Amino acid sequence: MTTTTHAPPKGKLFEPKLLIGVAVVGVLLLFSLFTGVYDIFGAQDGGEMFAITRIPRTIALVLAGAAMAMSGLVMQLLTQNRFVEPTTTGTTEWAGLGLLAVMIANPGASILVKMCGAVVAAFIGTFIFFLFLRSVSLKASLTVPIVGIMLGAVVGAISTFVALQTDMLQSLGIWFAGSFTSVLRGQYEVLWIVALVGVAVFLVADRFTVAGLGEEVATNVGLNYNQVMLLGTGLIAIATGIVTVVVGNLPFLGLIVPNIVSMFRGDDLRGNLPWVCLLGIAIVTVCDLVGRTIIMPFEVPVSLILGVVGAVVFIGLLLKQRRRA
Amino acid sequence: MITLSAVKKNYSSDVAIGPVDLQIPSGGVTALVGPNGAGKSTLLTMIGRLLGMDSGAIEIAGYDVSRTSSKDLAKIVSVLRQENHFVTRLTVRQLVSFGRFPHSKGRLTVADEEAISRSIDFLDLGELENRYLDQLSGGQRQRAYVAMVLAQDTDYVLLDEPLNNLDMKHSAQMMQMLHRAAQELGRTIVVVLHDINFAGHYADHICAVKDGVVTEFGTPEVIMTDEVLSRVFDTPVQVIEGPRGPLAVYY
Amino acid sequence: MLDAPVVRRTPPQPGGQGANPHQQSAHKPTRNSGSLPTARVRKRYWIILGLLIFLGVGFGFGLLAWDNPMPVGSAGFWRIAELRGTSVIVMMVVAICQAMATVSFQSATNNRIITPSIMGFESLYIAVQTGAVFFLGAAGVTMVQGVPQFIVQIVLMVGLSMALYGWLLSGKYGNLAIMLLIGIIIGGGLGSISVFMQRLLTPSEFDILTARLFGSVANADISYLPIAIPLCVVAGIMLLRNAKRLNVIAMGKDTATNLGLNHRFEVMRVLLLTSILMATSTALVGPMTFLGFLVATLAYQLADTHDHRYVFPMAVLIGFVVLSGSYFVMKNVFYAQGVVSIIIEAVGGTVFLFFILRKGRL
Repeated sequence: MTTTTHAPPKGKLFEPKLLIGVAVVGVLLLFSLFTGVYDIFGAQDGGEMFAITRIPRTIALVLAGAAMAMSGLVMQLLTQNRFVEPTTTGTTEWAGLGLLAVMIANPGASILVKMCGAVVAAFIGTFIFFLFLRSVSLKASLTVPIVGIMLGAVVGAISTFVALQTDMLQSLGIWFAGSFTSVLRGQYEVLWIVALVGVAVFLVADRFTVAGLGEEVATNVGLNYNQVMLLGTGLIAIATGIVTVVVGNLPFLGLIVPNIVSMFRGDDLRGNLPWVCLLGIAIVTVCDLVGRTIIMPFEVPVSLILGVVGAVVFIGLLLKQRRRA
Repeated sequence: MITLSAVKKNYSSDVAIGPVDLQIPSGGVTALVGPNGAGKSTLLTMIGRLLGMDSGAIEIAGYDVSRTSSKDLAKIVSVLRQENHFVTRLTVRQLVSFGRFPHSKGRLTVADEEAISRSIDFLDLGELENRYLDQLSGGQRQRAYVAMVLAQDTDYVLLDEPLNNLDMKHSAQMMQMLHRAAQELGRTIVVVLHDINFAGHYADHICAVKDGVVTEFGTPEVIMTDEVLSRVFDTPVQVIEGPRGPLAVYY
Repeated sequence: MLDAPVVRRTPPQPGGQGANPHQQSAHKPTRNSGSLPTARVRKRYWIILGLLIFLGVGFGFGLLAWDNPMPVGSAGFWRIAELRGTSVIVMMVVAICQAMATVSFQSATNNRIITPSIMGFESLYIAVQTGAVFFLGAAGVTMVQGVPQFIVQIVLMVGLSMALYGWLLSGKYGNLAIMLLIGIIIGGGLGSISVFMQRLLTPSEFDILTARLFGSVANADISYLPIAIPLCVVAGIMLLRNAKRLNVIAMGKDTATNLGLNHRFEVMRVLLLTSILMATSTALVGPMTFLGFLVATLAYQLADTHDHRYVFPMAVLIGFVVLSGSYFVMKNVFYAQGVVSIIIEAVGGTVFLFFILRKGRL
């Protein structure tokens, strides 16, 4: 459960320290722009390659990192549970199932159609999970992610079954491993939609906090609970669905980022939001840079690195929680 | 007799219990009272060995709770916490029958069945004994849990807020029943109570806990005074003579 | 529950309780705390159990005899039946392992919506199989087969899970929920490493591997059985003997401690036996993630009792009926026995979804 231990003065979105954060992330992004096998300065078409691959890739890092980190935050607000995020609730698996369904029904579907399939499935899945949470009587914070992961495993098993029957198992695996390798000009532009999601979260974040306290509390302060829940689920589904289709799975990002931020800054939601974005971008960029460089000229998918790093951080958080429990 | 010597428990930097030195005499009902968060329940669960302590020692009837095996302690002391959730689906009678586990190890004899029936009737649950727990109201369930620890047939019974979820009638019945169990069956009952007036009327001893330490211990006559209660609860309390003994008025 | 349990009201007995011991010994006591509280529940239990035995025997015999070209009873018939008998025995072993392990694991962890298979047993198995193909090529699959390799896999799985449980349950801060979650995350981490390796395989290598990634009775080698059967029988009997303690453990740490059990010790013992069963099943036939869950959930619904002495037999029988029944149907009706386990997975997964949505409690 999210506990508001000490709340620093609220409402401040901007502070000087943020500039330093932006600068650090900026440097990381510059590294990302100039890292790669292709010699963009020496080769004749260097400038063009730069525009086709490096710039889209870097923009994708920014958008995907911020979107997944914010999705995690929204989910944690709505459920009042620190251990909830798209990977621990099955949302990612649902998006995958939706994508698979579109790919089977219409192998030549455009990326926009695939995206819609993933978003709709992610929405349904997240909604099922929230419905379950509402009806469940035992709200022990640690059982919630266990149920979510089981749910994800079920959906994953169904995807595997379908993929096996249609001979798409290996491509499912390739797709599922999130990677920025295939982000090219002309293919990633839909990712800009998640920027809108980010703006929306900034605008309505406080309502998510209130809704997270439960239907009674929300209604009591005059908030339309169902509307806020639908809005939150919608935003999460859009962000997860699009990122999943364009990039792939980014495990644990939504979990570790908000937790690390609130560890350093307490639980001041408005003040934390920009930091959540920045840290999300920074972690994805670092993981991508590591993935690009450790076995050059090959690439390790960012999801593998993020999966390992995320799992370690997650376990660390759990062990810390253990001392308090 | 229950003896606590220099018992300490640290939760975090700002919440700490102890050092507590306390002797709860055998027989009768002892009520633990005090403000919220004072550490009453923690103390009770430590006596019942559900929670370990950081230092100090607790003895029940001469047995050190941290050294005596859990198996043997289960025949001496039974403890019921405030919150009880079971994933298993049980009838009232099945639940109460678990109270016999320390004696029967799951193989119920005729004598066990009789003890179970006695305990169920003692709590007025005969009509409900074959109902499933999830079909009962909160108060009925609470009585079923108490019936289980009573069926355990131990000399010492520790209950954490047993009046939770009970209405006026059943609260009074529960306290009368605990009082009777102490008088007629010679049990020693330690109970955390929220309502000082229940403690004043039914308890033989009252132990006041504040900020993790025991501040007062004595008979109701000693504790039920303006001065002591105001100090313990940090709010002005006036004790007046009611129709059935002293009454604390704090509103 | 499908039907509301019957409440048999015992008339309040005048003059004290349990009243008349003579009357009680004369016929069955009117008030008893049996695991099957009313006559109707008792009748229902035994009828369902009988039905399951009937189905199990039917499917088992059907698998041996159906399409058997030789007349029943002839020497040729028995030779063919013997060949097929191996797979029936494998199904029995898997049913015992999965059913007993899942029921016990759920009780020990106080959580009815979990299955031990996601605690890393299967990811470890998959990682070993994938690693073999990844590092040794197509020949790798055969390198990890064989009796010594089978034993090594079981020892590895049991050893790692006991190390995990021991680490997370011991000490002052031992906590079951955190242990579960960490187990699941480690399993997930192993899984993503496997996926990464799979991605680098050639399609033909991947095809070879695929056959090993899905649980199938055909994966079992007859030479494994002399090891698998004793392991599963011994662990199964030990759990069955422990049934009464399991009933108490299932009520949670506080109640179990109050009733005189050393909760941590009991839980560790159950988890050890569980991990032996899971390791045996996984090393024998491969991953079967939701079979155990399906079987345990159905068993609780059908047995309608908390008592493990009654839940265990029901669960094992359901496990065998589900396995043998689906093999029988898929083989003789749809001619597609390769997909049996995946269908069981899909059904199990759907039951899981249905269960958490309808039940709404853990």
